[in-house]
Amino acid sequence: MDQATIVEKAAQLANEAAALAVRAGEMAASAAQMTVVGTEAGGHGGFLSLFTVFVLAVFVGFYVVWSVTPALHSPLMSVTNAISSVIIVGGLLAAGPAHFDFSKVMGFLAVILASVNIFGGFIVTRRMLQMFKKKVKK
Amino acid sequence: MAENLTGFAYLIAAVLFILALRGLSNPESARMGNIFGMVGMAIAVITTLLSPGVVSYWMIILGILIGGGIGTMVALKIQMTQLPELVAAFHSLVGLAAVFVATAAFYHPEAYNIGSSGNIGAGSLIEMALGTAIGAITFSGSVIAFLKLAGKMSGNPITFPMQHPLNAAIGILILLSIIWFCTTESAAAYWVIVLLAFAIGFLLIVPIGGADMPVVVSMLNSYSGWAAAGIGFTLQNPALVITGALVGSSGAILSYIMCRGMNRSIFNVLLGGFGGEGVSPAAAASSGGKSVKPGSAEDAAFIMKNANKVIIVPGYGMAVAQAQHAVREMADLLKEQGVEVKFAIHPVAGRMPGHMNVLLAEANVPYDEVFELEEINHEFSTCDVAYVIGANDITNPSARTDKSSPIYGMPILDCDKAGTTLFVKRSMASGYAGVDNPLFFGDKTMMLFGDAKKMTEEIVQSLG
Repeated sequence: MDQATIVEKAAQLANEAAALAVRAGEMAASAAQMTVVGTEAGGHGGFLSLFTVFVLAVFVGFYVVWSVTPALHSPLMSVTNAISSVIIVGGLLAAGPAHFDFSKVMGFLAVILASVNIFGGFIVTRRMLQMFKKKVKK
Repeated sequence: MAENLTGFAYLIAAVLFILALRGLSNPESARMGNIFGMVGMAIAVITTLLSPGVVSYWMIILGILIGGGIGTMVALKIQMTQLPELVAAFHSLVGLAAVFVATAAFYHPEAYNIGSSGNIGAGSLIEMALGTAIGAITFSGSVIAFLKLAGKMSGNPITFPMQHPLNAAIGILILLSIIWFCTTESAAAYWVIVLLAFAIGFLLIVPIGGADMPVVVSMLNSYSGWAAAGIGFTLQNPALVITGALVGSSGAILSYIMCRGMNRSIFNVLLGGFGGEGVSPAAAASSGGKSVKPGSAEDAAFIMKNANKVIIVPGYGMAVAQAQHAVREMADLLKEQGVEVKFAIHPVAGRMPGHMNVLLAEANVPYDEVFELEEINHEFSTCDVAYVIGANDITNPSARTDKSSPIYGMPILDCDKAGTTLFVKRSMASGYAGVDNPLFFGDKTMMLFGDAKKMTEEIVQSLG
């Protein structure tokens, strides 16, 4: 093996190494991209964590609601009604984009309905709660 | 980073909602809780408005102005006796909003980052289908509940042949169309699900009668929560998922409490037809030959004036007659004369959970004079007078003794143990359950026939 071939082989190896490095970089980039796509497309790896949140929230709800005094069950209904209208978030996202289409109309209608509930629910709850008074000490 | 911030803001909103419910453990902290709820909602809305997908605001502002205006006006004008139908109407709006949001997501999935039209993930499709189906059931069910509560539709159970097979068939069809929708992503399948869900919500609530409404209203409350949670999964939004779960479990617990108050299972209520199956022979027989002792307002006033302790038992009849203010006046006059006055509330009195408490609070009855069944039931044996106004089944002692009675096993207020029981009633008609109340014929019972409000006002005059 003469010097020339060794140099040639070394150059070849260097080239291959460089190519590998580029490929590794590409792979890292595409992996990163995939995670981004994954989260954006709501990749259903996210489902499990959301479902965990859901189940825990059911338990929180269970314990919190049992501690509500029966006298306030009506305000409980009206306030849960108001907060379940946080569904307005979905309406806002649908009504938000710049271009006008069917979905935007749906979003608009959802925003109206949810707003009726939010304002109506909180105000009527407030009215109810203001009526609950303790005995006036004479 | 911005994404983390958004997630964090939604989390704060969800925590504030939990605090809003937590506050309701007593009337003092409840007012603060309501404010927490409002702040949480504001945070959720503002966070969403700042998200990059939302660029056009005019429609949103218009929508909030229209909806907020209507909601504010209605909430300020509504009378407290109309509360049950208002709540039912509000539930229907949440349901319909869920349908609209799911529809928007289906036709424009890009706005929610769940893929593109014709190429939505299977998981998102299932969540969308469930969200829209539950939303549609909530909507049509609540509309029927509203019509019944508002008296725009007969409150009697409406039954028809083949009812249960028909409901079951529609239920199966909904499941099949959800599978069809999730496998093909077809728009036709989507609309079939929506229509079938509307139909089943309607069919489920139509056969349920007026006095079962506390259960129905709580159940629809629960559904509206599950619908919101379903949409939350579609939108990958934790605030929505948490809130939906809270509201869903809250409604479920209320339904359970109401069912327990009637000693019936939720299925029994849903399958309907309570009181429609003929009166039990024992109850019917008990009325034969016995006579009641009618009395006048003066008699009632005299008896109560000379009592040491009076327990007032309000029912739906008090709400119908708007008699709560007259009742409070009566209670005040009695108290001035040294009589101890308490109020006893049965869990299913009225048309929604806590209905009687709100009406009494409206009439300025202090809440520490109002007691729940378990708290006060032992006191009937030591009280001189039980004043029953517009209630019937919840005082019926045959729930304790008569195994053949349809209300057997239901917890009742022990008015029969009081020294004297005064019944304010328009007529001898039986209560909602279609059962005669043997208490009417008791030796210690005096019937005060007349409108609840007028009778109470006459008593007030005689007391004064």
